[in-house]
Amino acid sequence: MPEKSDLPQGTLDLLILKVVALGPVHGYAIAQRLQQVSRDVVQVPQGSLYPALHRLENRGLLAADWKPTDTGREAKFYRLTRKGRAQLESESASWQRLTEAVGLILRLSEGGAK
Amino acid sequence: MSWWQRLWRRTKMEEQLEKELRFHLDQHTTDLIARGLDPAEARRQAVLAIGGPEQVKESCRDARGTRWLEDLLNDVRYALRTLRQKPGFAAITLATLALGIGATTVMFTVVDSVLLKPLPFPEPDRLVAVTGHLDNSQYAMQYLAYPDFLDCRRDSRSLDMAGWVFDSATLSEPGEAEYEQQFVISHNLFSVLGVRPFRGRAFLPEEDKLGGTPVAILGYSLWQRHFGGSPDAIGTTLVLDGKRATIVGIAPPAFELDGEGDVYTPLGQDTAPYLKNRQAHPVRGLSRLRPGATLTQAQTEVALIGRGLAEQHPDTNKGRSLQVRPLRPDVDDVRSTLWLLLGAVALVLLIACVNVASLLLARAVSRERELAMRVALGAGRFRLVRQCLTESAELGLGGGALGIALAALGIRPFLAFWPGDLPRATEVHLDARVLAFALAVSLASGLLFGIAPALRVPTRALEPTLRAGTRGVAASARRLHGGFVVSEIALAVVLLISAGMLGRTLLRLSALDPGVNVHNVLVSRMALSPATLPHPALIRAAWNDVLDRARRVPGVETATIVDTVPMREGNNQNGYWTTAAVPPENQQPIALSTCVTPEYLKVMEIPLRQGRFFTDQDRLGSPPVIVIDDVLARSAFGGRDAVGRQLWIPDMGNGPLQVIGVVGHVRYWGLAGDDQSKVRAQFYYPFAQVPDGWLRRWSQLMSVAVRTSVPPLSTVQPLRHELRGVANDQVLYQVRTLEQLAHGSLARQRFLLFLFGIFAALSLLLACIGIYGVLSYLTSRRVPEIGVRIALGATARDVHRLVLRQSLGMIFLGLGVGVSAAVAAGRVLLRLVEGMQPTEPLTYALMVSILVAAALLASFVPARRASRVDPMKALHQE
Repeated sequence: MPEKSDLPQGTLDLLILKVVALGPVHGYAIAQRLQQVSRDVVQVPQGSLYPALHRLENRGLLAADWKPTDTGREAKFYRLTRKGRAQLESESASWQRLTEAVGLILRLSEGGAK
Repeated sequence: MSWWQRLWRRTKMEEQLEKELRFHLDQHTTDLIARGLDPAEARRQAVLAIGGPEQVKESCRDARGTRWLEDLLNDVRYALRTLRQKPGFAAITLATLALGIGATTVMFTVVDSVLLKPLPFPEPDRLVAVTGHLDNSQYAMQYLAYPDFLDCRRDSRSLDMAGWVFDSATLSEPGEAEYEQQFVISHNLFSVLGVRPFRGRAFLPEEDKLGGTPVAILGYSLWQRHFGGSPDAIGTTLVLDGKRATIVGIAPPAFELDGEGDVYTPLGQDTAPYLKNRQAHPVRGLSRLRPGATLTQAQTEVALIGRGLAEQHPDTNKGRSLQVRPLRPDVDDVRSTLWLLLGAVALVLLIACVNVASLLLARAVSRERELAMRVALGAGRFRLVRQCLTESAELGLGGGALGIALAALGIRPFLAFWPGDLPRATEVHLDARVLAFALAVSLASGLLFGIAPALRVPTRALEPTLRAGTRGVAASARRLHGGFVVSEIALAVVLLISAGMLGRTLLRLSALDPGVNVHNVLVSRMALSPATLPHPALIRAAWNDVLDRARRVPGVETATIVDTVPMREGNNQNGYWTTAAVPPENQQPIALSTCVTPEYLKVMEIPLRQGRFFTDQDRLGSPPVIVIDDVLARSAFGGRDAVGRQLWIPDMGNGPLQVIGVVGHVRYWGLAGDDQSKVRAQFYYPFAQVPDGWLRRWSQLMSVAVRTSVPPLSTVQPLRHELRGVANDQVLYQVRTLEQLAHGSLARQRFLLFLFGIFAALSLLLACIGIYGVLSYLTSRRVPEIGVRIALGATARDVHRLVLRQSLGMIFLGLGVGVSAAVAAGRVLLRLVEGMQPTEPLTYALMVSILVAAALLASFVPARRASRVDPMKALHQE
């Protein structure tokens, strides 16, 4: 099993938005998907997933409907609002910039060490 | 979703949250089972992964942002639950507060409506009064002479001026003859005030002139009473003082100038002589600032006009000026009474709050352990204080709601109980302002009585509290309890001593001699037949006829006519001098004058001290004579040889008046007010010597007074019948017995005593409940200690002494504070209540002993209970 790492501060919201952007999905599925997609590297603290979902819903970035799942049970499905999509785009752009910049710095220092 | 929607749908959201988490757990468990775990283990791991469903829920609730409100709801529910557990405590607290807040609300409603609210007209701050002033005189303020009013109205650019005159008239048609309050008004009075007639129209400018069409506007009440409220009344005619006029309008309901008028007529077409000259000042000027004009501009301008008039008409207007002041309701008579009562009621409310505070404190102390436990479990101090305050605010608001209900029920009976006429009584209502006040008072009292118990929430040193359990009371709590009792007693002392002072005052005043024999005398104002008024000879004959007929009524011993009656509203004051070199008006001493017939002395039974009273020989043509009272004899002639001396009274002609007799002083201003009044000296002059020119005006003011051998009220009907006159248009009105008038002159004192008595009794009761509660509580905390004492040989008396000593300490401290405050309160009463007696040691002693007796009684019950403690049980409790 690969080593697990904690999520950097503030990235949970971004990840949730990204997952939800792929189509309406319920809370458990979000947790599963985050874990699978990151090949179990990202360990989502499940205790903070739901408060985050509620906070995003409260801010109008997510909307929710109760719908039956494949098994026929009702679950709360989250989907992205227009505001949420805009937020996702701007946040992923800034994340991209940040990681590139961090990567550059890291490569540079490795080069220096050589 | 807005926060309140979220709050509204709280239950639903709570269910959904539960459902969502359950779904997650179930799903996770299923997955784990699929991976081969056994169901119980799968469940355990799923719960572990999510980290405790309750904590997650709590974080989700936090994320919702309605936390504080939810907490508040929780607190409210928790507090309600706590209160329901102790219904007795809740009932006593609520009743105490409801009484306090209800009484305060009633008084505030009256104070607000009568004293604070502006006049009920549009833009009341633009309304001003124009008055005349006699320079350098203590009787300075006067109304306006009609010609002066007209000149001022013509010349003023800043004011839209209206005016009115207070008058009376006999309405002889349609229906039974009735005496009416008549307001003679300028045509623009309604428009200046911004009021529209209820029906019909106001007067037209062309009707406000000599020779204008005779028209009248009916007062709303008269219209209801006399015309059945029928709209057909407009256009019909009525006969006022023998003159026919057409009704053109109805005044709006509750429209008051100086009380409600029965009938309004145009000022300009009134032919009364006192409207023709600049010597009489009957017109009350009432104006609205024109758009753009300021009060200062108007004041400067009107003062200038007044100076111009003084130069143009020096013989009448010299030394007179005109002034403008904001129009205020005329409520000076009741101002002090109202504030006094509001103050007294506020004291009662304060006592109620202190009482509730000490009850709450007792409970807070017994809950100390619970609170310490909660702090130990992690509750924030602020959170707990907030919860305690929520509870007291709930009590405050509950008491407030009950109090408002009480006030709504009580306000009309209270007004009905008011002695005499309360000005603006029709405007007194519970309204939004009053509700806001009551709400504020409720919350403030909640905070006031809640803060001390709430601050008892423990912070540190939890451990001793937790260990000590509910035994023992910290010294700080005991001091606080003591402080409550002390302040309750102090407040009660203030009210008790005030009530005592009022009681002593009333006793003393009732024992005063009014100077007349008030038994078996009937006094009634009377209007002669309007047909007689134009002719002086007819007027004299009519009055003689009235007196003859009155004497013939069975039970009537003797009858007189008189203009002003002792202890009744209304008086005449004239300046006098003892030589012919009379100084200017503002330097003359003043005396009360009364116009009478020779029988007056017998009717009133005033003692004759020297000389003689009037006879039928004192008439027009014979030398003008007066009779003075012993106060005037003393101040004018040093009390010696007044008979045969002369007085000059400029208002009654230029010649000297012969003093023919001296009579006893009559307490004209009533039993309460006379001794302190500024004008006490009195003189009498015969009606038969009133010059023809004044006779008409005088006749409008005369009253009939009869001494009876039977109960005076039984002669009212026969008198009314006998005095009707040939044309059936002479009426008696304002019929009173002299006893009623004397009784009425103490009405204010009696009213205050009654209310203060109630307040004092209430505060005494509350203070006793407070002492009882606090002592029971403190004693119950000392049961083990007392048990030890008894076990060691203390007798019941020793234990009594132990408890009573504690109580006496609080009582005497409260007395000390209270008596000093009562001295201050006594000074206020002395200044505000007529006839009030300065502080008497006897009153103090009496009231203080009542209080000490009641307080000791209240402490005795807990003391007795303490002395019966079974030492074995007490020690086992430990």
